[in-house]
Amino acid sequence: MKQLSYLIFIGLLMVSCNNKSNKTNDELVFNNAEEKELEIFDFEKFEPLLHKNDETVYVINFWATWCAPCVKELPHFETLAKNYKAKNVELILVSLDFPKKYETKLKPFIAKNKIQSRVIAINDVDFNAWLPKVNKDWTGAIPATLIYTKDKREFYERSFNYKELETELKQFLN
Amino acid sequence: MKTIKKTAFVLIAIFMLSAFANKTFVGPNHGYHIGDIATDFSLENIDGKKVSLSDYKKAKGFIVVFTCNTCPYAVAYEDRVEALNKKYADKGYPVIAIMPNNTDVKPGDNMEAMKARAKAKGFTFPYLMDEGQKIYPQFGATKTPHVYVLEKTKKGNQVKYIGAIDDNYQDAEAVNTKYVENAVDALLFGKEIKEKKTRAIGCSIKV
Repeated sequence: MKQLSYLIFIGLLMVSCNNKSNKTNDELVFNNAEEKELEIFDFEKFEPLLHKNDETVYVINFWATWCAPCVKELPHFETLAKNYKAKNVELILVSLDFPKKYETKLKPFIAKNKIQSRVIAINDVDFNAWLPKVNKDWTGAIPATLIYTKDKREFYERSFNYKELETELKQFLN
Repeated sequence: MKTIKKTAFVLIAIFMLSAFANKTFVGPNHGYHIGDIATDFSLENIDGKKVSLSDYKKAKGFIVVFTCNTCPYAVAYEDRVEALNKKYADKGYPVIAIMPNNTDVKPGDNMEAMKARAKAKGFTFPYLMDEGQKIYPQFGATKTPHVYVLEKTKKGNQVKYIGAIDDNYQDAEAVNTKYVENAVDALLFGKEIKEKKTRAIGCSIKV
């Protein structure tokens, strides 16, 4: 009996895993609108996303719901991601909200603003250890943005309007 | 004659460059570096009086903190800034807090709000308004909170430490390294500061 329930449990797990991996992009986007899943990483888990070695242009924006200029520029990033999706541009929004605000502030913000891009919250207090690994000159002010491909990277400790952002991005497109 | 022309050209170039530099974005490479002498200032405190570093005749140095009311990180550190002043003012290193934001953009940081916050929190250190936002670019502060530890030397107030207060904004109890305390302690004991520059997330200064 015990074994049987194990088997059922494992079976269920496999089914649910399969479901996830079989989802198409469209379904994921649809899902996002319904209920966006917030990924919470420490820096170690996040770091590989700074060094992907493929054909994609990664735009990584560091923001927080409490940061007014970040919130202001966020729609530009979302629009950029939408407009350049076909050109292999991927946007990752990295939230630096306080963990105690994930439920009360960050998740409602993502839902309310219908954020379509991937959102990762970094919960890692040892800033002095990890900020330089994003960029050696980053003083820690946000908004901050990293754009990179496997051959080129630029870091911006500033805010953007759409045009400025697009101009920067174009340097990375062939 | 040729050399005069050359010199003039170089001088003009330097002048133009420096004029340009003053107007550009205050990035990480501008402002004071470790070992630089900080220029004194005269800024209005929450009690209406002007405060300068030179007012502190007995000070051995200063813990200058760029902070504000409205930044969650600055707020998370308020009590720790007050604790720094309590611990070090009598030892010769008072806290001087400066609010660098443009209050038109952040009305929650205006003088009235600064007074209210200082009163509510019982700040024992001066909380100064960077009127006209002229002082923070000299320091090269980019965010709140942003700390500069200065040591009074014969040459002037020398920058000895730049950066964060400690390594855990979330929980004062869980801090592993108290960067500012370590720096001031080192200065008090005449030792080398181990970590002279640290970094932390903060709110960009509003212009």
